[in-house]
Amino acid sequence: MVDSHDRSPVRSERSGDIAVIYASDYLNKLSGERIERECRVHLGAGCRALVVDFKNTGLVNSIGVSIMLGVIDAAERAGAPLVFSNVNDQAAQLFEILGLTRHAALAKDEGDALRLLSDVNPQRRERRVPVGKNT
Amino acid sequence: MPDQTAKLIHAFSALADLGEELADTRDFEEMVRTTLHVVLGSLGVRRGAVAEYVQPDDSLRFVAAWGLGEGSPAALPFAAASAEMLSVAQPRVLLLSDTNQLEQSRRQLGERLFNTLVQFRLQLTVPLVVHKKFVGFILLGDKATGKDFTADEREVVRTMARHIGVGIYNHRLLREVERRAEENRGLYEDLRTIYRDTVRAFAVAIDCKDKYTQGHSERVGKYSEIIAREMGWSEQEVEGIAVAGYLHDIGKLVVERDIINAPYKIDAKQSSELNRHPAAGYEILAPIRHPFADIPLMAKYHHERIDGRGYPEGLKGDQIPPGAKIVAVADSFDAMTTDRTYKRRKVFAEVVEDFRKNSGKQFAPEVLAALCRAMLKEVNGETKERRITKLLGKGYLEPAECRPLLVELIAELESGAALAASGK
Repeated sequence: MVDSHDRSPVRSERSGDIAVIYASDYLNKLSGERIERECRVHLGAGCRALVVDFKNTGLVNSIGVSIMLGVIDAAERAGAPLVFSNVNDQAAQLFEILGLTRHAALAKDEGDALRLLSDVNPQRRERRVPVGKNT
Repeated sequence: MPDQTAKLIHAFSALADLGEELADTRDFEEMVRTTLHVVLGSLGVRRGAVAEYVQPDDSLRFVAAWGLGEGSPAALPFAAASAEMLSVAQPRVLLLSDTNQLEQSRRQLGERLFNTLVQFRLQLTVPLVVHKKFVGFILLGDKATGKDFTADEREVVRTMARHIGVGIYNHRLLREVERRAEENRGLYEDLRTIYRDTVRAFAVAIDCKDKYTQGHSERVGKYSEIIAREMGWSEQEVEGIAVAGYLHDIGKLVVERDIINAPYKIDAKQSSELNRHPAAGYEILAPIRHPFADIPLMAKYHHERIDGRGYPEGLKGDQIPPGAKIVAVADSFDAMTTDRTYKRRKVFAEVVEDFRKNSGKQFAPEVLAALCRAMLKEVNGETKERRITKLLGKGYLEPAECRPLLVELIAELESGAALAASGK
């Protein structure tokens, strides 16, 4: 599963000062570390909250969990709230058992996640801007 | 699914992933990084590291770390005595937050490592011990649940640590094997260099005996190499034929110097003595274990002729080893193209004529064709190295004169015309 040749970019978008990062199907491999780096880039660029969307992610394995723990760590260090959206039931149960939901909220979908964050962060702008892709 | 079942399935699945990762030996660092993720993700541990003990430096190298933030160490000193102590002891999970284990942890880990673990909030250390050899540590931080590690969870970590320890240990063995293979390759290269130098020294000794043929053996070696390469021989075979060329006249060492250097036509008895040199060469070379095949035979048969009128055994056609056919052409070509005190060298047109006349009689046509092709390539500037031109000396291969002669002769040799003309 070591995937030194997987260089596909991490897809992310900005919605005001919220960054939405799409976990996609490379989360469960070492290339998933790029998701954490992408989060750090957004936080470094002034994002005040993060959404990680699991819409195109099937199962989440132990590597995926570890990478999400890294995202939690990055968000907490920056004091940024974190929401996981479109998490399937199996992954949601796993996040619950392993304590990830103590640090990140779950939302039904991306829209819900953004609404949830705008409630806690009313300063955000509504304009949605695609941002540069990280490799 | 009940939580306990889901947790168990997740841990089992992580163990399976771990096996898969450890089997992947393409990139050690990536393998360790991935296995660290598997361990952290299996129990929901927020940070951790895998450190490898590097014995020559008495240090712990942090091969992988996750969640430690800025300033995580690359390496720390680690006392050999501590490593020894951990090697003999049963690997135990040390929990730094357990005040009962605090002193033991501090003693086992050493002050420097202990303080680093505290600094980076790493609370669980698992020594990696394989075949009573300490190979490193897995260091883990707190769980995302905020709860302590249960006994079951510690057991999971200990099991995973055993697998990771074996992975690191195997990687070390592999590195050691590679290092030794590299060392052996170096030694082998040294031996080959010594062998080549020895062969050259012999060639010089052989040529010293014959005052008319200075450098002859070396040139025959080089021509043989050029011809064999042109004939598509492998690099190993080319190297072998070069050696055979250098040593083809080694039998002359046992022939009277006066006969070799006679400035007049020698009599039948002397001729018989001189003709002993190929067989004598075989006797000298046969007991040596050469790295290349058939070198003694190439020396023995380099005066055989395709028509069977050569010596020492009067072999014909394919009875003559291919290498001996090449050395025979190289030997005669050098004899024709170098000055002797009693005879000027032939001009190139005469050499071509000799080749034409003797193809299929004295010389193998395919060998002559290969030598001619190699010369034509140099004449046409198709080769970067102009080795034959250099060996023959400036001005000998005049393109305007040589090109048509070579083109014509190659066509004849390759069409078999020369062979047919000889009645074969």
